[in-house]
Amino acid sequence: MARSASLSIVAEGLTAAYGDRLVWQDASFGVNRGEFVAVLGPNGGGKSTLFRLILGLLSPAAGSLVVLGRRPQRGNPAIGYVPQRRDIDPDLSIRGRDFVHLGVDGSQWGVAIGRSILDARERVDRAIDAVQARAYADRPIGRLSGGEQQRLLLAQALAGEPEMLLLDEPLASLDLRNQNVIAELVASLAQAKGFTVLLIAHDINPLLPIVDRVLYVAHGGLAIGKPDEVITTERLSRLYDAPIEVLHDSHGHRFVVGLEAESAHHDG
Amino acid sequence: MADLSILAIPSPAAAPYFGWDLVRDVQELFRYAFMQHAFEAGTVVALTAGVIGYFVVLRGLSFAAHGLSHIGFAGATGAVLLGLQPIVGLLAFTMSAGAVMGALGQRLRGRDVTIGLVMAWSLGLGLLFTALYKGSASRAIGILFGQVFGITGQEVAVTSTAAVLTLLALVLAYRPLLFTTLDEQVAEAKGVPVRGLSIAFMVILAVAVSEAVQVVGVLLIFALIVAPAAIAERVTARPIHGIMVSAVLAVLFTWAGLTVAYYVPYPVGFFITTIAFGSYVVARLLTYLAARRTARPRGWREAQVRHSP
Repeated sequence: MARSASLSIVAEGLTAAYGDRLVWQDASFGVNRGEFVAVLGPNGGGKSTLFRLILGLLSPAAGSLVVLGRRPQRGNPAIGYVPQRRDIDPDLSIRGRDFVHLGVDGSQWGVAIGRSILDARERVDRAIDAVQARAYADRPIGRLSGGEQQRLLLAQALAGEPEMLLLDEPLASLDLRNQNVIAELVASLAQAKGFTVLLIAHDINPLLPIVDRVLYVAHGGLAIGKPDEVITTERLSRLYDAPIEVLHDSHGHRFVVGLEAESAHHDG
Repeated sequence: MADLSILAIPSPAAAPYFGWDLVRDVQELFRYAFMQHAFEAGTVVALTAGVIGYFVVLRGLSFAAHGLSHIGFAGATGAVLLGLQPIVGLLAFTMSAGAVMGALGQRLRGRDVTIGLVMAWSLGLGLLFTALYKGSASRAIGILFGQVFGITGQEVAVTSTAAVLTLLALVLAYRPLLFTTLDEQVAEAKGVPVRGLSIAFMVILAVAVSEAVQVVGVLLIFALIVAPAAIAERVTARPIHGIMVSAVLAVLFTWAGLTVAYYVPYPVGFFITTIAFGSYVVARLLTYLAARRTARPRGWREAQVRHSP
């Protein structure tokens, strides 16, 4: 299939459900190799569920999903995954470097011996350098700032030498400056190594300069397209089935109005 | 009233030598077979406890490990009642309870009330079994507080075998176990059998706890499994170093406790727990002082930088 060779994710009629609870249904889309896609949508809309499907942690309730040419399978080394920001115990006395190391050989049995110890160390160093975290990689990870932890968790995903990165809210609970720094870091890494990136975010604005397309997950369905095509008053109103307005400021930033009330209503 | 004399050495050695001649000191310590066995069993038990303790502390399972040992008390006294070796009941009860705890996995966290209630009930059950057993209560006391000076050569062999198996299992599971301990979500996505490892770990812990009960007993298990690891976690942030420090400390606590108990006619469990507790207090104090010393100048410098134009 010539078409799928350039696609890293192909979904056809894909439906996600936990038992009887339907999350979203009948989604058909493709993500190109090397593409940077921001995944947006209200809380509980099923963004992380999409990641669980891609990772093979959840089976499709219906439809088909092909990831990097294969059906999703748990433990795919070609996927680097950074889950939603975990609260790392501030007293956790483990170096950031050891966290990164888990990404190299954490799932292998036994202890490392011989040559593989040096190889692993080299890969850890490369990953730490790639996210520019050398200065604090040897400090206990619990005592680092949110941005520093996020870099090291990203390095952990990179250390597995993946082709695709799934980043679940890497920008959450970071200040504005760090949001931009991390977003640009991910973008430059993706460009340098040709990664396909899916990044879940709440706010599209720090990502606007770098994303190729956005994937909206809301109200039981998915919509994908260029930011200009998807983040519009008409498209979002149709997707949410509610009056939504997209405002633009003088810097080209977009503000989606009406979502807060919508998601509050949805969650309540 | 139960006879507590079993907790100290069986018969006071006739004016044992103690002085600056270290060779003679060691010869004196190993003069009797019961002391040799105590040192042999104590060493392998402490090694295992120190290694597994590091994971216990990292996984936040200290209280669960403590609960496991209490459940073991009911098993051990029950075995005595049935005319079996206490270790049989100890292993049966701790391993099944461990498997249940492991299956609960992360949901075990914050279950203090449940664990505490099961602990209390297990002690009560053990008390009943002890009362039903018409013999002397000294065996129950031995299980509660340890009976390291009563260990036979055969028991040393059994304990050593269990210790070797425990350590081998930990070496085999080392990397995935560390992965699930530190980062369960990613480990799961990377194909690590998170749930299976959780159960396996608790079963291995059950074996280690059952071994350690011989030395420090059910009630004092914290001293060997938790204290060395908690200190190790404070002094190093490298997992491998942490495990080594923890194991070495556990062995040192045990040796020191046994040595003191040889010369002073009080229970060895008291000495081991006191040394463990004292070391923990010292370690906390030192890390607190070290943190203050490094934190202050840095904060001061940052303030300077911020205020300079």
